[in-house]
Amino acid sequence: MNTEILGVVLMFVTTILIALPLGRYIGKVYSGHHTWLDRILHPIDRIIFKFIGVNPEKEMNWKAQLSALLIINLIWFLLSMLVLMTQGVLPLNPDNNPSMTADLAFNTSISFISNTNLQHYSGETGVSYLGQLTLMLFQFISAAAGMAICAVVFIAMKEKVTDKLGNFYALFVKSITRILLPMSIVIAILLLFAGTPMTFKGKDQFVSLQGDTVNVSRGPAAAMIAIKQIGTNGGGFFGVNSAHPFENPNYFTNIVETIAILLIPIAMIFALGFMIQKKRFAWMVFGIMLLGFLLFLIPSIYLEMKGNDSIRKMGITQNLGSMEGKEVRFGPAASAYWAISTTVTSNGSVNAMHDSLTPLTGMFAMLGMMVNAFFGGVGVGFLNFYIFIIIAVFISGLMVGRTPEFMGKKIEAKEMKIAAIIALLHPFLILVGTALSSYIFAHNPTFYAGWLNNPGNHGYSEMLYEYTSSSANNGSGFEGLGDNTPWWNISCGIIMLLARFLPIIGPVAIAGILAQKKYTPESAGTLKTDTGTFGVMILAVIFIIAALSFFPALTLGPIAEYFSQHS
Amino acid sequence: MAKKSNKLFESALVKEALKQSFVKLHPKILFRNPVMFTVEIGTAVMFGVCIWIITGEKNQGSLVYNLIVTGVLFVTLLFANFAEAIAEARGKAQANSLRKTREETPAKWIQFVGEIFVNEIKIVPSSQLRKGDLFYCETGDTIPMDGEIVEGIATIDESAITGESAPVIRESGGDKSSVTGGTKVLSDHIKVRVTTDPGESFLDKMIALVEGASRQKTPNEIALTILLAGFTLVFIIVCVTLKPFGDYARTPITIAAFISLFVCLIPTTIGGLLSAIGIAGMDRALRANVITKSGKAVETAGDLDTLLLDKTGTITIGNRKATHFYPTEGVDEKSFIEACLLSSLADETPEGKSIVELTNLNRDQFQVNGAKFIVFTAETRSSGIDLPSGLRIRKGAFDSILKISAKAGNIFPTDTTEQVKIISSNGGTPLVVSENEKVLGVIELQDIIKPGIQERFERLRKMGVKTVMVTGDNPLTAKFIAEKAGVDDFIAEAKPEDKMNYIKQEQKGGKLVAMMGDGTNDAPALAQADVGVAMNSGTQAAKEAGNMVDLDNDPTKLIEIVEIGKQLLMTRGTLTTFSIANDVAKYFAIVPALFIASLPGLQSLNVMHLHSPESAILSAVIFNAIIIPMLIPLALRGVSYKPIGASALLRRNLLIYGFGGVIVPFFGIKLIDMAVSLWF
Repeated sequence: MNTEILGVVLMFVTTILIALPLGRYIGKVYSGHHTWLDRILHPIDRIIFKFIGVNPEKEMNWKAQLSALLIINLIWFLLSMLVLMTQGVLPLNPDNNPSMTADLAFNTSISFISNTNLQHYSGETGVSYLGQLTLMLFQFISAAAGMAICAVVFIAMKEKVTDKLGNFYALFVKSITRILLPMSIVIAILLLFAGTPMTFKGKDQFVSLQGDTVNVSRGPAAAMIAIKQIGTNGGGFFGVNSAHPFENPNYFTNIVETIAILLIPIAMIFALGFMIQKKRFAWMVFGIMLLGFLLFLIPSIYLEMKGNDSIRKMGITQNLGSMEGKEVRFGPAASAYWAISTTVTSNGSVNAMHDSLTPLTGMFAMLGMMVNAFFGGVGVGFLNFYIFIIIAVFISGLMVGRTPEFMGKKIEAKEMKIAAIIALLHPFLILVGTALSSYIFAHNPTFYAGWLNNPGNHGYSEMLYEYTSSSANNGSGFEGLGDNTPWWNISCGIIMLLARFLPIIGPVAIAGILAQKKYTPESAGTLKTDTGTFGVMILAVIFIIAALSFFPALTLGPIAEYFSQHS
Repeated sequence: MAKKSNKLFESALVKEALKQSFVKLHPKILFRNPVMFTVEIGTAVMFGVCIWIITGEKNQGSLVYNLIVTGVLFVTLLFANFAEAIAEARGKAQANSLRKTREETPAKWIQFVGEIFVNEIKIVPSSQLRKGDLFYCETGDTIPMDGEIVEGIATIDESAITGESAPVIRESGGDKSSVTGGTKVLSDHIKVRVTTDPGESFLDKMIALVEGASRQKTPNEIALTILLAGFTLVFIIVCVTLKPFGDYARTPITIAAFISLFVCLIPTTIGGLLSAIGIAGMDRALRANVITKSGKAVETAGDLDTLLLDKTGTITIGNRKATHFYPTEGVDEKSFIEACLLSSLADETPEGKSIVELTNLNRDQFQVNGAKFIVFTAETRSSGIDLPSGLRIRKGAFDSILKISAKAGNIFPTDTTEQVKIISSNGGTPLVVSENEKVLGVIELQDIIKPGIQERFERLRKMGVKTVMVTGDNPLTAKFIAEKAGVDDFIAEAKPEDKMNYIKQEQKGGKLVAMMGDGTNDAPALAQADVGVAMNSGTQAAKEAGNMVDLDNDPTKLIEIVEIGKQLLMTRGTLTTFSIANDVAKYFAIVPALFIASLPGLQSLNVMHLHSPESAILSAVIFNAIIIPMLIPLALRGVSYKPIGASALLRRNLLIYGFGGVIVPFFGIKLIDMAVSLWF
């Protein structure tokens, strides 16, 4: 087999092999079972709970869980604004980077608390080390918040009739101390050995062979890269993210970082199976997510390895495949694998420039974010999938002549209303954002010329990608977009905010309401939700919603670009 | 029911429905259906565009093209309205044919002065009768109103309502005291108290439900409407944002194209058929001679988990029948059988008759002149005959004959005792026969299980419905019959409160329970059950308590009701899937047509090779319109239900309506395009 493809297969298989026991471990952590880290961490937990004045034994209902989540997020947001707007005068700023403007700080703060990590700045010049550390803190916090609230939904699915769904603070603290922190430490150490910097010293200098003095940015990078990869954050220390030789020095670090992208999103599904004691159901969910992932991945790898048709027309051979915007040390297959992994999981870190992907690979990357539920972000990926499950349960319940039931609870008008609103939100934010920008640009192309690096369909794709990435809380960019302007900062900021919290509130509300409902035991007439048939139904719902909402938009972007290359 | 029409489109009904299709265009009425309401707005906008073109606008395409689009949209609306109207008309016609039987019959009203009824009869039209009034009926009279017999007994021909020609007996007191307007008294005379005011009978309520005046959307219908509204909103966003996208791509898009795309994408197929499906569900129930008090009850029936069925009449044919004679050792079989015959000569009970039948002897050969018949009493629990020759033959329950023989000092033969035990444990009833206080042998009576009932229970089991047999028999007999008939559970020695407790217990476990009943003592349980079906012959209390009334008094009707409920939900689900799946092909027709002028590369997306942008858009809209009337028969008849398990059913329907829904429009649109391209 081609070694490039072998590398991809190896990475994926290793991911699954680690995710299986990890999922079990996560399930144990959230179920309150004893785990091997308890001996060291129990005392630490106790100190934390005592300090913040929370009784971790006190169970909360879904409304209390949500208000806890929203209130602490608001406080973090304010803290982040404060640091970013004053970082220029605060300590730990050896390179004397300036404070952020209000609109950029707004965008960046929301970007990090929403687990998006869209970066309209470049790490080397845009933030101080204190700023980086603050943002790194939010990478832990936002990931843990997503996982904790997902655990609440797991508990709701497990319990028969209850309104007590665990304690949000306890789940949140455990997500950090038991899962994210230990894993980050392991990955950061692996990166350190490969040469990623971890220092508080300012820029380094060397004199090149040409005799020029070159300033090289560095900083406490290894720690941040670890958490950005495992927490589906994606916000890199340096501007070009994991394409930067310090962030991702060689093929080995690339393996580690790629595995880290998919690890927790996949493990969360196995954790679900462990917690609700329905392994078959978890495997069905995993199977459907995997199928969707492969549907995007396989053509992408094929297209990137085949090379760019426009370049071929110029008579240039592309033995290595399409290498524009890619790092030679990774090659097209591993880059395509990263591109699809990072977009389906809402991670958003990159090791190649997505702007330069061939048109259809660019479309698959966008589709990954438009669906946003094939594994998806840590915790929140399953919440998005949950909405699709509810819709699929509803339609297929009708198709077999029975009032729809999910896990023994009837799906009625109230749940459908919430599910419909949440399913609607994502297309709404993406299409309306892109439409407004298209409108503004189309009516004054010379004034806004700085927005787009490319004219025509590709320029349109750049705008569409930016809003898709914001709404999916992904954070990767198609680049080529002049995005550090008030319009992009503020519009993307608002979209990230809505796209983060409403899709959390919706599924938690549905799960909470369902948990309080009467439990109906299964009978022969009940539609089983752990079968392949039902899986196909979910897949159909996902594709119908994504395809029907975005088909015209994608036609004007990547599809038109593809056909223009081929006609 | 005099005439059951199975034809879907009768000309009279179609005419009425056509008229209603226009009446229903009123925005106030259409507003109740958000999907079709948006189509109406689209039609109005297109109408405006046509006028705009007439006044000189040049960029919106030709007038003819715009007029055709407007026309097709208008027809789409009419088709959707027609679907609802024809369903209503059919339901109404069905109900009217029932109601007609009771219109304006002369009633023999019993006059009253103050509180006292004087036995003076006055003929009044039935419409003048009010609740509480008394009337009188004798042989040959048509009963003018629903009521309860307060005095007398009569045989009644209920064929006008049930279609069943065998007359039934109705008498005052007890559970068979109810009479229905429109039925005919065949013999005897009765005094009846009117139980409902005119216009308030179940039938009237049903008609109002069908007509939509009091038709409320069921919870499930509401949830589906929300989902459809959600899809409609997504497509509003898709179409509105397409305008600035077009601006960016420097592609002008005509208003006609926008509106066509929008109308094609929103789920008009299911939106147009949704209310028709609901009405047709109630109509199907009515055709099965079941009157439902709400649409919700039909829907709930589809979800039932547990059915409570009375043994007698449902699972077994009315009564026990003699199946075997077992003479005691030493007794001649022939003389034993003769004794059995003699003992049953005067026994007019069905059991007695079945014994005579089983002996296979001609009863006329036996001279019983001067014989004295002993009738059955609850005290002696035996009956028999004293012949002039001094022979005393008795037939009765084991313990009563045991007592008789013991009193005479005779020993009860052990082999017969054994036989009695065997019969009991096989679910039969033993009747011991004695001659001059000496035991001759034992007759075995067995319940006869209705032919075909096992298959029906099997079908129910496959649907996931648990069946429970309710009987007054002892547990041993009950168990035997339950096993033989294939029911899942039974309640033996049942008292009315046992039914109630069983229902409550099942409901506590989250199950939906249905039961059928007729007596006043069934009323609390009927009210407690999620679906309570009262028999039309039952008491007024029972009918008030249940949420359905079965005109045929057929206890197996519950099974049909479950299927009707399932069909209703399935028809909704499959047509929703079909409607949404259609969008794929419509996209491939319209989207290339929109942008082909500025992006010629998109010709590759025109997989159907449609003739021109105009013909593509027209074909899609026309397909979208005609699919509605094409599916009306399916909406009215319902998708057929097959008890093959939920997953298999989902696979089947997903394949037919989901996959089929993706494929069919590709061919449909292409065919229409071939026709349209002759002009465009």
